[in-house]
Amino acid sequence: MRAVHTYLLLAAAEFRRFSTYRLAILAGVFTQSVFGFIRVSVLFAAISEAGGTLAGYDEQSASTYVWLGQALIAPVAILSWTAIAERVSSGDIAVDFARPVDLQLAWWARDMGRASLQLLARGIPPLFIGAVTIGLALPQSWTAYPLGLISLILAVSISFTVRFLVNLIAFWTLDVRGFVNLYLVVGSSLCGLLVPVHLFPEWLRIIAYATPFPSMLQSPIDVLSGYVLDAAAVAVVGSQIAWLVFLVGFARLVQWRAAHRLVVQGG
Amino acid sequence: MYRTIIGSRVRSQLAYRASFWLNVTTSIGVGLVEFVELYVILANVPVFGGLNLRQAALVYALANAAFAFADLVFGQLDTMPSYLRLGRLEVMLVRPMPLMLQLITSDFQLRRLGRVAISVVIIMVVLPGLDLQYTPATVYLLLITPFIGAAIYAAFFVTAGGLQFFLISGEEFTAAFVYGGGYAGHLPGSVLITPLQVLFTFVFPATVTAYLPGLLIMGLPGSEFLPAWLGWFAPLFAAWAWLLAGLAWRAGIRRFTGAGG
Repeated sequence: MRAVHTYLLLAAAEFRRFSTYRLAILAGVFTQSVFGFIRVSVLFAAISEAGGTLAGYDEQSASTYVWLGQALIAPVAILSWTAIAERVSSGDIAVDFARPVDLQLAWWARDMGRASLQLLARGIPPLFIGAVTIGLALPQSWTAYPLGLISLILAVSISFTVRFLVNLIAFWTLDVRGFVNLYLVVGSSLCGLLVPVHLFPEWLRIIAYATPFPSMLQSPIDVLSGYVLDAAAVAVVGSQIAWLVFLVGFARLVQWRAAHRLVVQGG
Repeated sequence: MYRTIIGSRVRSQLAYRASFWLNVTTSIGVGLVEFVELYVILANVPVFGGLNLRQAALVYALANAAFAFADLVFGQLDTMPSYLRLGRLEVMLVRPMPLMLQLITSDFQLRRLGRVAISVVIIMVVLPGLDLQYTPATVYLLLITPFIGAAIYAAFFVTAGGLQFFLISGEEFTAAFVYGGGYAGHLPGSVLITPLQVLFTFVFPATVTAYLPGLLIMGLPGSEFLPAWLGWFAPLFAAWAWLLAGLAWRAGIRRFTGAGG
């Protein structure tokens, strides 16, 4: 019980920390909105070219897809983050391992705190802007909301675990930056950020689903928007759970190996 | 002096071979990511913004080359917010070199050339199938467009840089027109909704970097709002973009040094 309390404190602290970056939040919302309008333009043009509907998307649902995507970019945080890698190269990581909290669980708790704040601060405004300007489609079944929340929590956790693994590479190599950028490139193209994965040609879709990336963004968007309903939505959530279990297991293994290999470069 | 500085940066980057090639690969990947979007859309519909895959690929390649050049020279301005916070800019102001030049040469990234390579490959692939009329005008446009385009995108970077002095931690505002502009510039401009067409043609002339010249090169008419002949005025649009950039930069420096910094 004591441990759970500790992790909740860590999450709350991170929540508070991110709530202080007010101007950054405003700037983020502004830029996400501009990008949102560009992406809506692109999909609307494609849909009208296709005669009104494309891969199950019409204008309303495409708009919903775009604005949900813009809303979830910040909380899901597919973009790189190298805090742990930096601590490895500076040697501070030795202190982290000596602490009475588990490295992975502590950072996971902090990430959930951050994601919660950013969901509220940078998630709601783009949805609001999208709703009043272009228009959004609400899901047709109330089950979309609870399932969507679960899907979102899973998505953030999957994203965190992958970022955590990328950071752990720092234990084995000096320059993590190259791997971080590679992860960024592959991740952003396969997660459904620019175009829905459902639009991908068959061969690319297979590649995408062989990675956890669609589960980070495309899946919660699909469940929350009602693109998949009821049984199909549960299946999507199920696949997310499968990915999370696999990734967390892998991360425990890597962390264990990393701790044994501890190479402190900070002297 | 500048050659020495840049030369040393290049040498230091080539010292770590494996890391360098990983970065080049990633840089190539960056050039490909946005192309994936165009490719996926044109795998679903035959024509997008009046362009088929080959034509859209040409526009994309021209825009990508332009953006990559601009990023190569002026991309370091992205680090200005952190330099500002750390107080490193004040140190730079004391040196006998113009601030802008110091920032540009502070980290010359050779690997960004990987992104240019993508454009070259795309152009080589699509050019034969496009059946272009190689008049002097077409050749002129093909050669000059990446450079004027680069000038325009560079102006965005500089404008963003100048605004950093006012925005401090609100730096992400500028990403809206620097990277948003880059994104819009790679697309067929006619797909954008009208307010965005106005924004990215007459304020931040992204559509002029590749789409409009591309229409001229390929002999296409364009749309009512974005006719192809606007593409001839690209140098004028570039001048306008640099006017904005110069104003923003000067205002920023004046504010920064005027505060006793």
